[in-house]
Amino acid sequence: MKADSNEQALLKGLANNDSRAIETIYKENFNTIQAFILNNNGSYDDARDIFQEAMIALYEKAQSESFVLTCQIKTYVYSICRRLWLKRLQQLGRYTNQVDSLEETVPVEEDLDNHEKRNAAFAIMDRAMNSLGEPCKSLLEGYYLKKLGMQELASEFGYTNADNAKNQKYKCLMRLKKLFFAQYNIGE
Amino acid sequence: MDDILLLEAIERYLNNDMSVEERTYFENLRKNTPEIDQMVVEHNMFLHQMDMYAAHRNLRHGIHDAHQRLLERGDINEGAEISTRGRVIQLWHKYKRVTAIAAGVGGIIALFISGMVMYFAPAVNGNQLQQLSNDIAAIKKKQQVQGNLINEVKSKLPEGVRFVSGGSGFLIDPKGFIITNAHVLKGSGAIVVNSKGQEFNADIVHIDQEKDLAILKVTDKEFIPRKSLPYSIRKSSSDLGEEIYTLGYPRSEIVYGMGYLSARSGFDGDSLSYQLQMSANPGNSGAPVLNNNGEIIGVLSTRQSSAEGVVFAVKSRNIFHMVDAFRKIDTASEKIKLPTKSNIRSSQRKQQIAEVEDCVFYVKAFAK
Repeated sequence: MKADSNEQALLKGLANNDSRAIETIYKENFNTIQAFILNNNGSYDDARDIFQEAMIALYEKAQSESFVLTCQIKTYVYSICRRLWLKRLQQLGRYTNQVDSLEETVPVEEDLDNHEKRNAAFAIMDRAMNSLGEPCKSLLEGYYLKKLGMQELASEFGYTNADNAKNQKYKCLMRLKKLFFAQYNIGE
Repeated sequence: MDDILLLEAIERYLNNDMSVEERTYFENLRKNTPEIDQMVVEHNMFLHQMDMYAAHRNLRHGIHDAHQRLLERGDINEGAEISTRGRVIQLWHKYKRVTAIAAGVGGIIALFISGMVMYFAPAVNGNQLQQLSNDIAAIKKKQQVQGNLINEVKSKLPEGVRFVSGGSGFLIDPKGFIITNAHVLKGSGAIVVNSKGQEFNADIVHIDQEKDLAILKVTDKEFIPRKSLPYSIRKSSSDLGEEIYTLGYPRSEIVYGMGYLSARSGFDGDSLSYQLQMSANPGNSGAPVLNNNGEIIGVLSTRQSSAEGVVFAVKSRNIFHMVDAFRKIDTASEKIKLPTKSNIRSSQRKQQIAEVEDCVFYVKAFAK
């Protein structure tokens, strides 16, 4: 089934990190997933984790250039959650043969593999960022993540001028790169 | 310092911040110095990674916020009502497993001892039929002999009363109407316990000695009515050889048993009941007998003491008759609506059990 125009709009919103779109998709799908997880040996926390992971996978899918969702959002999210939850159960050594397959599912293995690779890269970045220490971490976060201007950052951190702040930023960036690539290349 | 200057140049190059001459010069430099070329590629990739990382973080925040908003508005629910419950109940939930194990161990020892006593006692059970209700008084006594082994949780039982019998029962209406055998209710009142060990107060609202059926109504405020029942109650007769199963409480924990329908009439041609081939023990009285489609076909009631595995169940159609009679007598109370559609028809047995389990209760009758 082709996703209708309403769903396309929602996905576009999600790709642009629009809070209304996120909320709508969340509201329409969360309860089904929660019921599914709770019925299959999971807790409320598990349900939240799994569902939010699926939202991110959907976002990644919506962002990719070759993006075509060939089914309804509902089906896609359910398929992702189901796959993720079965995997989680397996990892925990808890086995359930009650996982109901009454709902329609679509193959999502490839998407999930990509998603996991991205997650691994983000985890490395997270670790690298956190081991930088202050003020490097906040400085880089300010410039590269929050996209603040150098002048602004200089005054916020108390550098006498923007050039000094910039200098410091590059020093920090080199350290971050070193930390990141040390891990990232091992992972490759 | 050179590294920093280079990095700055690369970043300006990537951000298109260079003038035309500078750009041409830099591109030439890239062409001629593979190291610098490599650095540009690497940095580009790194910046891209940073961008994705930023977007990812923002998204996680966005999703988290959405979750909180929906939670506040009540569009989604994470079972928060549990946390607002009283402390006693929380403690009970925390320790119920330990208590259940302790009680279970005590119960088994008591059963074992009473079994030994029965075995060696010269007195013969004169009745050909044995009612499958539990004689709790005997067990209780044995439990006291066990001393402190059983650390009893504060029970809903009124003070100064004693258990006289116990059996099983199951919901026939999600509002809290439970059906059981009349012979289970030997005393003056009863409480019911669900498969998770929660106790609820209940009133005996109707007893039909002839059919050996009784209706209890759960009156406890803590009882949360279900939306619907998973099973249905079968109006028509069942077929010989039909595979059946039951869930009941021969001990304080729910126990599953299975067998088949072996005769269309009960003991001595009793047309109100079926004969079943399955193992049943005291405490199974009042338990539902279900078929593969998740339909209740009877209420387990007695067994033949002279034969092994011969059990009798009151036919489910009697439930309809009895509820009709009850409606006529008591027009004031809430209408009982019997479930007519089985939601677990196509489910596997294990899944059926998981659904039905929540609707089967341990009935404990007490007397002043």
